[in-house]
Amino acid sequence: MSERETAPRRAPAPQRATAVTAEPPWMRRLLIGVALLFLSVFLILPLAVVFAEAFRGGLAVYRAAFADPDARAAIALTVTVAAIAVPLNLVFGIAAAWAVAKFDFPGKSLLITLIDLPFSVSPVVAGLVFVLLFGSQGWLGPWLGGAGIEIIFALPGIVLATVFVTFPFIARELIPLMQDQGNADEEAALTLGASGLRTFLTVTLPNIKWALLYGVLLCNARAMGEFGAVAVVSGHIRGLTNTMPLHVEIMYNEYNLVGAFAMASLLASLALVTLAIKSFLEWRFAGAIASGPAH
Amino acid sequence: MAPAVRRLRVRAPSAIPGFGIALGYTLAYLGLVVLLPLSALVFKTAGLGWAGFAAIAGDPRILAALRTSFGVAFAAAVVASLFGLLIAWVLTRYRFPGRRLVDAAVDLPFALPTAVAGIALATLYAPNGWAGGVLAPWGIKVAFTPLGIFVALVFVALPFAVRTVQPLIGEIDRELEEAAATLGATRSRTVLRVILPPLLPGVLTGFVLAFARAVGEYGSVIFVAGNLPFVSEIAPLLIVIKLEEFDYAGATAVATLMLLISFSALLAINLLESWSRRRFGHV
Repeated sequence: MSERETAPRRAPAPQRATAVTAEPPWMRRLLIGVALLFLSVFLILPLAVVFAEAFRGGLAVYRAAFADPDARAAIALTVTVAAIAVPLNLVFGIAAAWAVAKFDFPGKSLLITLIDLPFSVSPVVAGLVFVLLFGSQGWLGPWLGGAGIEIIFALPGIVLATVFVTFPFIARELIPLMQDQGNADEEAALTLGASGLRTFLTVTLPNIKWALLYGVLLCNARAMGEFGAVAVVSGHIRGLTNTMPLHVEIMYNEYNLVGAFAMASLLASLALVTLAIKSFLEWRFAGAIASGPAH
Repeated sequence: MAPAVRRLRVRAPSAIPGFGIALGYTLAYLGLVVLLPLSALVFKTAGLGWAGFAAIAGDPRILAALRTSFGVAFAAAVVASLFGLLIAWVLTRYRFPGRRLVDAAVDLPFALPTAVAGIALATLYAPNGWAGGVLAPWGIKVAFTPLGIFVALVFVALPFAVRTVQPLIGEIDRELEEAAATLGATRSRTVLRVILPPLLPGVLTGFVLAFARAVGEYGSVIFVAGNLPFVSEIAPLLIVIKLEEFDYAGATAVATLMLLISFSALLAINLLESWSRRRFGHV
């Protein structure tokens, strides 16, 4: 499984293609040209627009967009949400991978399917289910409201929705890798008298650290950028429950394009940094990351 | 064969500690964060009853939104799969300057927040935008039409299509191609009869992932779609509109319909995929 998935990361030696197993040069150039044109139009152009629009009014206007207290509050909220959601899913990811990869038990494939479930649910539906649970007409909403606890239109709701949509990221990076690595290292450590915790910290953790970092990176990017699920539970209260992507939406809908694209450029930079580190990890530690195709 | 006592074991014997706590935590967290909330959707739908559900589901506006969502997502997934195959082929087989950079760029839609993609596409394809300005003299309008939804969905779906096929192309045994050439096949015949068939199951898997993602997409679409009821309104947006009107029953019904259609569509495609794997897949 992982052998198959990591295969293209190890760049094969440049193929000195013999004529019979290669396309003619004109065909090659045509295919490369079409692929690059498609990628430029669909991926690169939108990215370029973000930065072009953000700096349209010059650097001073760009910086002024971040002087807005609502913009600062949105950045602070996004960082807070990610700082809660990512560690929660990190602990879960390690526990799930330990249970699934190190042991055999009935119902394992069902468990793996359930872990992937949030990926196949629309973000809007992910937000909706929390409104049904905790909203003012929901199951637990009136009861919690009576106790003075607010979930929807407040931080806990945003965190819950974010945890839901980023739920599988770390677990699904770790599970295939730890399944491949098997139990031999841990068994050796235990035989030599190490405790379970010590075995985990000194044997397992070093084996999975790059995959762990990879998973945290992707989980964090999605947690900071999530829009649909958070839009449903946040209530768009300025300075209070607006995350960075929601701030982008509000500015855009008010025709404050510089404000919208300035914040968008910050999120786009985060995406670029994420991609750069991700590519570096794939290039440097290909064997230590079992990278799946879908996120 | 095993003694009776053994059969009571929940798991195969192992020297590794921590099974109980790891599985217990996993199940508790999964239950609280994912299954309990999703069960709220199931119970809310069941509470509507058949008549109530059918009355909401028969609303022409909802049917139009579902048609738009699934129709455009299907078209976008088809286009993403075809170009995904081409891009994966070019990235795996050919060397050209900047190949690594292009390879990394394919994952951009995974990393770029959907709201950012949405406002960028809306600006790009607006009649006075870079791309919209080029298309306008030809009478092609992209932003604020169903074509805008299509462009946004191709954007979000593309990486799924590329990344699913890419490993399979790297695995193709070159000796098969050499054998085909030795036996006198032309290159185009080799590509059609030897290379493409084993890739078909992978292309279908990529299609499934791309389609599933595209159907549920919200953030990038709403900015570029125009959101005209019966024309360019998608089902996830309708859920948000119903929620803003505090129509929880309506929102739940649309969500359930979406999930039901998605699951049946994915089931059908999965059956097709496993058939093609048996028929063509020898990898």
